[in-house]
Amino acid sequence: ADIISTVEFNYTGDLLATGDKGGRVVIFQREQETKSRPLSRGEYNVYSTFQSHEPEFDYLKSLEIEEKINKIRWLPQQNAAHFLLSTNDKTIKLWKISERDKRAEGYNLKDEDGRLREPFRVTELRVPTLKPMDLMVEASPRRTFANAHTYHINSISVNSDYATYLSADDLRINLWHLEVTNRSFNIVDIKPANMEELTEVITAAEFHPHHCNVFVYSSSKGTIRLCDMRSAALCDQHSKFFEEPEDPSSRSFFSEIISSISDVKFSHSGRYMMTRDYLSVKVWDLNMENRPVETYQVHEYLRSKLCSLYENDCIFDKFECCWNGSDSTIMTGSYNNFFRTFERNSRRDTTLEASRESSKPRAILKPRKVCTTGKRKKDEITVDSLDFNKKILHTAWHPMENIIAVAATNNLYLFQEKVN
Amino acid sequence: MFVRGLKRKCFDGEEDIEGTLAGIKAIPSYNLQRQSLLDMSLVKLQLCHMLVEPNLCRSVLIANTVRQIQEEMTQDGTWQMINTQSTGQASLDRLVSTDILCRSSRDQAEGKHVPAYGTFSKDFESDQAQESSETMSTAPSVQAPRNLQSNMWEMENPQENKGNFQKSLDQIFETLENKSPNSVEDLFSEVDNSYYDLDTMLTGMMSNTKMGHCDSLDTFSSPTNTASNSNCKSDLNDLDHIVEILVES
Repeated sequence: ADIISTVEFNYTGDLLATGDKGGRVVIFQREQETKSRPLSRGEYNVYSTFQSHEPEFDYLKSLEIEEKINKIRWLPQQNAAHFLLSTNDKTIKLWKISERDKRAEGYNLKDEDGRLREPFRVTELRVPTLKPMDLMVEASPRRTFANAHTYHINSISVNSDYATYLSADDLRINLWHLEVTNRSFNIVDIKPANMEELTEVITAAEFHPHHCNVFVYSSSKGTIRLCDMRSAALCDQHSKFFEEPEDPSSRSFFSEIISSISDVKFSHSGRYMMTRDYLSVKVWDLNMENRPVETYQVHEYLRSKLCSLYENDCIFDKFECCWNGSDSTIMTGSYNNFFRTFERNSRRDTTLEASRESSKPRAILKPRKVCTTGKRKKDEITVDSLDFNKKILHTAWHPMENIIAVAATNNLYLFQEKVN
Repeated sequence: MFVRGLKRKCFDGEEDIEGTLAGIKAIPSYNLQRQSLLDMSLVKLQLCHMLVEPNLCRSVLIANTVRQIQEEMTQDGTWQMINTQSTGQASLDRLVSTDILCRSSRDQAEGKHVPAYGTFSKDFESDQAQESSETMSTAPSVQAPRNLQSNMWEMENPQENKGNFQKSLDQIFETLENKSPNSVEDLFSEVDNSYYDLDTMLTGMMSNTKMGHCDSLDTFSSPTNTASNSNCKSDLNDLDHIVEILVES
């Protein structure tokens, strides 16, 4: 199994898509509750697997284009088939996943085994009939949106109009119509005329969940810009600018790097947005630009280790974050296969581990704790014994229930709230 | 944990000073720490040029860190000598700082290397055309500041640091003086692998060469078609940039 690079529930939560470094997409489907297998409710089993992107070679630059899936975003379901967008560094594809459980029999022009019949042997005509067959799930590429990004695509986001979507790379954001593949509109361009003057890149972008003219994008300098597409065709001028003033007492050479935002997500309500930087998660009220309304420390004990983390490049890890369905809890990943949840009302935070040893099926997860003082209590982990190769970058929360998907390198863990 | 007066930076407090009193751990001086961070950053930038596709975000963040260190060193007065040379080197600096962000290291450039630190000054206000001529005339003067810099480093640092640092510099801050792209093919083969420089190169290429026969370039014209960006005004700058590369050789 390859390293998982993205995880996403669909709008109902019945389907869970994962993309990996090898360009494959694996879709899991939730089992329906049945009387015969009452315990199986909530289990997700493989529904479909397909190769979304292949490695490509850019002949002009003599560079390989990685097939790694950077993001998957589902479209809302409008008919029996499911649609999702998946993207690698350069190309976005729209995939249709449909079920086939019937096949036609009794063709006139071909035999049952598919061989063509001689036309003169056909003496009578019959109407083909549909017979049931074993369920087959097919994935077919319906659109390919290519050649619009010079830099690496880091985000895609489906608009609430369900007709358009945006794709963002390091320096530009493009707006697409789902039906049109040979044209996209550039709506943000922060590329300077001289590349030597480049000091800031786009790190993530997302459409507002309800206002189809509003989107945000975050930067490597820890800022978020909210843009209104009604105000101008090219949204280089932001409508709102979110930035927390720097705390001068904690300034270091790494301040800028750790302020770089790796993910931005609107709340389901559309009133708030959440940003993830290296050490913290911040919740912003869209009406207040000068500081976040809530800040949660994910792993503050790493602040004194920033130099080592810079040396081994971990400081550049891009963690994602997600809201639960009711926006009451947020979740993000950390190192050592730990992930953290923060309840916004009670300010209660939990650290859990996604690993085989600590999660037997149906067993309750034990909260973990990282020891930050000298004295290590039993079951605590010291900072120095954390495994920085085991990082949880991608997590997803079911849109309605308390079921979470956690990607730990090449393993996918699904946890759900214990229901008595 | 840290000596009073030291900014809380980098080190996790576990450094051993090489070769000093046995058994006694001393916290290295702030300058040494900063120097070490600088070395590390330069090596990282160099390494990321060796990768197939450098991560632009990472490169920008590291380059910003290096700039920060340089600015602080300038304020400290550590870089006073270098800064007095900066006026004559504005054009070279510009090329070199392009290097820092974009170039894959065509490492073993013979001969002349430009001292780094003027390059990170952010304001490049000099006229493009003027720079082309300036570049050629300032080339011979590169040696002098480099010697100065070596001297300065001898004062500041132990021998090993200076050697390592100069080597990193050499590998990263290669000038374009030795390149001689006589043909379009040469230009293509000489250009580094960084994808984000391609944008600059392509818009320059397409405006100043007759590439009608090149199908591959046609497919690359589609990025500029599908994105309604404002390449028009940057074309002239890109063109000058390309001309500069050609003129340098």
